[in-house]
Amino acid sequence: MRPRRPRLPLGSPRQLVLLGCSFAVAGYAGVRLLASDPLGVLLWFVGAALLHDLVLLPLYSAADRSLVRGLGTAGRRAWTPYARVPAALSALLLLVWFPLIGGRVAERYRLVTGLSPDGFLARWLLITAVLFAGSALSAARRARRAARGG
Amino acid sequence: MRDPHRLPSSPGFWRSPVRGPRFTAVLGLVLLAGVSVLFVTGLVSYAAYNPNLSRVNDTTPDKGLLGFYLFAWPTRPVWLYRLTQGVHVTLGLTLVPVLLAKLWSVVPRLFTLPPARSLAHALERLSLLLLVGGGLFEFTTGVLDIQLDYVFPGSFYPLHFYGAWVFFAAFLAHAALKLPTAVRALRERPDAGGGADSLVSPRPAPPTVSRRGAFGLVGGGSLLLFLTTAGQSLGGPLRRTALLAPRGPADPNGGPSGFQINKTAAYAGITPADTHEDAWRLVVTGRTGTVRLSRARLLQLPLHSASLPIACVEGWSTADQWWRGVRLRDLAALVGHDGAAPDVLVESLQRHGAFRRAALRADQVADPRSLLALYVNGEELSADHGHPARVIVPAAPGVLNTKWVARLTFGDLR
Repeated sequence: MRPRRPRLPLGSPRQLVLLGCSFAVAGYAGVRLLASDPLGVLLWFVGAALLHDLVLLPLYSAADRSLVRGLGTAGRRAWTPYARVPAALSALLLLVWFPLIGGRVAERYRLVTGLSPDGFLARWLLITAVLFAGSALSAARRARRAARGG
Repeated sequence: MRDPHRLPSSPGFWRSPVRGPRFTAVLGLVLLAGVSVLFVTGLVSYAAYNPNLSRVNDTTPDKGLLGFYLFAWPTRPVWLYRLTQGVHVTLGLTLVPVLLAKLWSVVPRLFTLPPARSLAHALERLSLLLLVGGGLFEFTTGVLDIQLDYVFPGSFYPLHFYGAWVFFAAFLAHAALKLPTAVRALRERPDAGGGADSLVSPRPAPPTVSRRGAFGLVGGGSLLLFLTTAGQSLGGPLRRTALLAPRGPADPNGGPSGFQINKTAAYAGITPADTHEDAWRLVVTGRTGTVRLSRARLLQLPLHSASLPIACVEGWSTADQWWRGVRLRDLAALVGHDGAAPDVLVESLQRHGAFRRAALRADQVADPRSLLALYVNGEELSADHGHPARVIVPAAPGVLNTKWVARLTFGDLR
């Protein structure tokens, strides 16, 4: 008797049909998406997923862990949200608007729109400062309330 | 002994107590609604270009069946494209934190072993590559394009259009497969069970934020992006609130011409020599032949006014501006189209640029508010706004309002 090879079972037929339809549409659009520059588009498509899952997410997770650990070591664990929230919001704005904030499109921006490209960095820094100031203010208020209560 | 939780394929590697089916379900349902609106407004924007009218309007001529839904874009209400495209871009930006949080909440699944339990499961995971890759591809190309950062591999329109179909195909399948799970997660008592397939960490770290706090952070991020962006689509004094949006917080200087410029004359390569009174002639062709009109001759034709906005595919728009010029249908009549208005092919002096030629449909030509404008807000057009003459059509995407017009060819384009 031959040894039985493990076989991959089929799984739910409903799921198979659904995914089949999905792949058909994605394939129809996909060949058109890839038509102009197959390698470049594939690189962007797969690269976006890999860059997010294997670089961006581990990076911000590590930054958050070291923030929590650092404050914990300093005996200031309760401060975590007051540092985390403004930092996360500021990083989010930078992630979305880095071409304008970093000035990498400054020349084209000026030429195309007739507007000055200079204010974006200053405004992002200003928003960041306001976020941290607001956070510090509410932390101070909480500390004062805790001191009065205890 | 080695740490059994050392690898991301071990459920114990992921320790945040925030992760769980309820957290993922709420974010998933927000995305289900939000991404559906993005997809529909995106398709609507493609239709607004009237791509089936003429090859010059169509950036994706090989669309085939994907253009099944196309319809003649209306001219009313005049703010139609302002609304649909403002929603598309502003909502897309607002959903960025939700997308990031959703991906964070399910990242343990990426490393699940064995890679496939069945053929259906293997296909589902392959489909997730289209879902995640497609979603990030769509958001990234959109966010870069509105900032004029054209680093993506090719023209924005085909990438964003075909990418949307790939993404949405995977998105719908995912929604159909996961919706029952999401609804169940919301109905049950808060994260009752932590089964083998659950997102709940088997050895959670001490909490540093409540789940409500985590929702607050995601919502706060969305609100912050919304508040610093929406003003560029609302215009007027509210533009000042768009602190980080590409078309905020200020308008260009210039009195009556001080409203947003899509592309300056300098960028389009238009020189004063091209538009000088002695050099510039408008060439109008139609059923009865061709006429050449100087600006002085145009000014002798009946002039009409219309209050119309400019709304760009990039999501920004202006409040209504007061345009004055010759009706397109009067120009059609000048070359023998007295009855029903025909389509028109508009050509600019611009030497480069994707839309230096644009086609308008008969209903757009027929609308009494569709002008070849010579004045705006009571003064002559500035060079950046299309001097000596530009097209302005109600509800059309900004780029179809051709500037520095050199030639109008009336007739059936199909």
